[in-house]
Amino acid sequence: MASRKDILLEVKNLKTSFFTKKGVIKAVDDVSFTVKKGEVIGLVGESGSGKSVTSLSIMRLVPQPAGKIVSGEIIFNNENLLNKSETEMRELRGNNISMILQDPMVSLNQLLTVGYQIGETFKHHGKADGNLLDKCINVLKKVRVPSPETRVNNYPFQFSGGMCQRVLIGTGIANNPELLIADEPTTALDVTIQAQILQLMKDLRNETNASIILITHDLATIAQICTKVYVMYGGRIVEKAPIKDFYKNPQHPYSEGLIKSVPVLGKRVKRLFAIEGQPPNLLHPPPGCRFEPRCTKAKKVCSQKYPPEIELKKDHQVSCWLYG
Amino acid sequence: MKESGQDISQTFSIAPPDEASGKKLGVRTPYLGLFFLGLFFFMVIFADLISPYDPYASDLSKGTLPPFWEKGGSAAHLLGTDFLGRDQLSRIIHGSRMSLIVSLGCIAIYGTIGVILGLISGFVGGRTDMIIMRLTDIWQSVPGLIVILLLVSVIGPSAKTVIISIGIAGWPGYARIVRGECLSLKQRDFVRLAKVAGCSNIRIMASHIFPNTINTLLVLTTMDIAGIIVLSATLSFLGLGTQPPSCDWGLMLAEGRQYITYAWWLVTFPGVAIAITVIGFNLTGDWLREILDPKQVLR
Amino acid sequence: MKVFLLKRLGFAVFTMFFVVTIVFFLFRSGEADPAAIMLPPDATPRDMEILTKNFGLDKPLPIQYLNFLKNALRGDFGKSFRYNEPAAKVLFERFPASIQLGVTAFFFSAILGLSIGVLSAVRRDGWIDRFGRVLALGGMSIPAFWLGVMLMLLFSVNLGWLPVAGRGEGGLDTLRHMILPVICLSGYPIALITRISRSSMIDALKSDYVVMARIKGVPEPYVNIIHAFKNASITLITIMVPMATVMLLGSVVIETIFSWPGIGRLVVESTFARDYPVVQVFILLITFLITSAYIVADILYALVDQRIRFQ
Repeated sequence: MASRKDILLEVKNLKTSFFTKKGVIKAVDDVSFTVKKGEVIGLVGESGSGKSVTSLSIMRLVPQPAGKIVSGEIIFNNENLLNKSETEMRELRGNNISMILQDPMVSLNQLLTVGYQIGETFKHHGKADGNLLDKCINVLKKVRVPSPETRVNNYPFQFSGGMCQRVLIGTGIANNPELLIADEPTTALDVTIQAQILQLMKDLRNETNASIILITHDLATIAQICTKVYVMYGGRIVEKAPIKDFYKNPQHPYSEGLIKSVPVLGKRVKRLFAIEGQPPNLLHPPPGCRFEPRCTKAKKVCSQKYPPEIELKKDHQVSCWLYG
Repeated sequence: MKESGQDISQTFSIAPPDEASGKKLGVRTPYLGLFFLGLFFFMVIFADLISPYDPYASDLSKGTLPPFWEKGGSAAHLLGTDFLGRDQLSRIIHGSRMSLIVSLGCIAIYGTIGVILGLISGFVGGRTDMIIMRLTDIWQSVPGLIVILLLVSVIGPSAKTVIISIGIAGWPGYARIVRGECLSLKQRDFVRLAKVAGCSNIRIMASHIFPNTINTLLVLTTMDIAGIIVLSATLSFLGLGTQPPSCDWGLMLAEGRQYITYAWWLVTFPGVAIAITVIGFNLTGDWLREILDPKQVLR
Repeated sequence: MKVFLLKRLGFAVFTMFFVVTIVFFLFRSGEADPAAIMLPPDATPRDMEILTKNFGLDKPLPIQYLNFLKNALRGDFGKSFRYNEPAAKVLFERFPASIQLGVTAFFFSAILGLSIGVLSAVRRDGWIDRFGRVLALGGMSIPAFWLGVMLMLLFSVNLGWLPVAGRGEGGLDTLRHMILPVICLSGYPIALITRISRSSMIDALKSDYVVMARIKGVPEPYVNIIHAFKNASITLITIMVPMATVMLLGSVVIETIFSWPGIGRLVVESTFARDYPVVQVFILLITFLITSAYIVADILYALVDQRIRFQ
């Protein structure tokens, strides 16, 4: 374990639920993980596995009024974010913790200029001293938007999807946050632009030693920049592994399935591997392991009790009865 | 461009999967609204059985009696009598029929015009669509009240005038909404299949597209009836609609207004009847909109 | 954008022409004979003839129509049968009273409706939201004329606090006379504005750009006004601009109930008297104002939403 002062973010037993008319949906159910300073971690899982809700919980922006953080701790720089007032949180957001949403086209307000929307990050953190426009232009320069001096006064609808994503990233890193959460930052983009965007994030990390949580279901993206992978399934983290271990030697049957379902160049297969079955219904989750109904290696105990987290070796934990 | 806000809201996928259908779950049944509607239809259907007196029978010796709990009132006339000694409760009960007849008459006229134009416009498209939509635009820039004023001054005030004029004035809303539905239905597989199978255009419109707009029309009609009841009562009140001695809530209010200083019940109860009925239709309409969820009807 | 506005302008002119034509032929096709209306029952046929000639009603219909168009272009819409004065003059004399009532009521309902609607959306299911929902249902369901009669019964007849009818004699008296009419005239608009502003604000607040603004640490008041309300205002323009014009023209109902000397009441009286030149001018005026309102709305759209300019 790293020393305390290396740790930027520690999420402990986080539970976030949605209280709907149909019942309580435990979108995030007892999730714990840490992010060290300067570390890039990948949060992997299929849609509905709780990745986005986890990140919104860290921001304390779970959709209201249905969503609520039920219990747990989110410790950021030795302070529990859940004890902070709304005003204190607001001051942290966009300044110390930042986030990039997945769909750039709808995450920018179509009625406001790009410059205004970047400028807000400075303005509301008391950093708009006279040369706000220059600062915005610098942000655009940083994310390599061509001719930033004119583009700064344009509206988002005059930008392409890739350019919008750059603007969002620029906004996200404008105040050099200590933690950047990127929610599927490359999903909406084509491959060449994906690579550029990833490079931008790497640069950010190298320049400012920021930590990045990269949320994605795309394993290729993870492989490019992450050092650690957290696999989420049905609102829980099922495996935590260093990137190399994860690819070479995935331990959880779900992780294994994920790796297998990635097509490998030059390797001919009759049919691409797919994990059978449907993601769990979080309104009525399986009583035991969430993955049990789809697991090919399931034992009797799997359907009765949720497996504990087992440390296989340093920095590699898995929640599965195969090892318990 | 006008609908930007609404479409965007759907894309943020952080809501858990069950939330997608959650919208329909949160709807409470409007017991109050349904009760008011039930009361209204009960009056319409059983008017002859439940009204204590002939609503037209006047008895000048019993003119302007107050309701039973007031001094001078009697249980014989629960809600009192008007200046001609006609029993107010009976007139209110019978007045429900006039409201229903007028609103159904209006809807029948403008619904037919609107649905047909909307179907043609949406289905045929191209030039026809453009012409019909332009016509709709023009029609919408002329307030309905004008058409009514015109017709009243030309053919004279009567219930018939009200039905015809609202009928002529009201169709653009229907046309627009049916057109919108039609445009999206046109892209659906079952319509394409029907086309491939060689169905005639009229047949596709009548038996494939129209039935699928029923939900929307039901919502629209329920909400519109509420509006028409208010409008027709207003016209009667102004003397531009139903004429005496008909039982009509708006007309009763107009007649009672002259006696406002000493017969408060004559201007109160017919209005309560209108308000209750309209609240009933509005609440039910809101509820239908939530559960049937038509895309085209504005909130 | 310019092309677009020109098109709209052309369309407005066409609409006006269309309405004029329909109105003209509808009136002439009716049984209304102005000579019969204006003259006493014991008038001689000679009197009838003179009058008919005076109004140019002895010529064939197409000629009458052309004359009418020609005069209308010059701003001459014929003489009122009742007042024997130019119809436009009769109408515009009554206009200020209507504007006084309409403008007040519009601002009253806009301020009240928008604040209730926006606050309801921001604090969903709070007490303002609950109150707003009841208010909206009431405003939609209670006919303005009945509300008028009831308020009059309560405040004027029973309590004697406010005057029954009329426009008052300036100053505070006028204000006192305006209270009830303004409340009645605002009932439905408040309901509609509350409803639409609430639902479009809720839609806007659910969107990604609002989440993004919060992520950036933008304070809630800014999120609500600059991000959400600006987007919601697009829908609001659509309903509020035409609403403002209709309210400006005065309310037929409210003016009748409260004996307010505006054009609404004039039109009802003229309708009964079959004084069609006056009704005609009114119809032209209302069509003109509404078609211009749509153009104003388009300009406002373009100001709020730059996308339109680039289309």
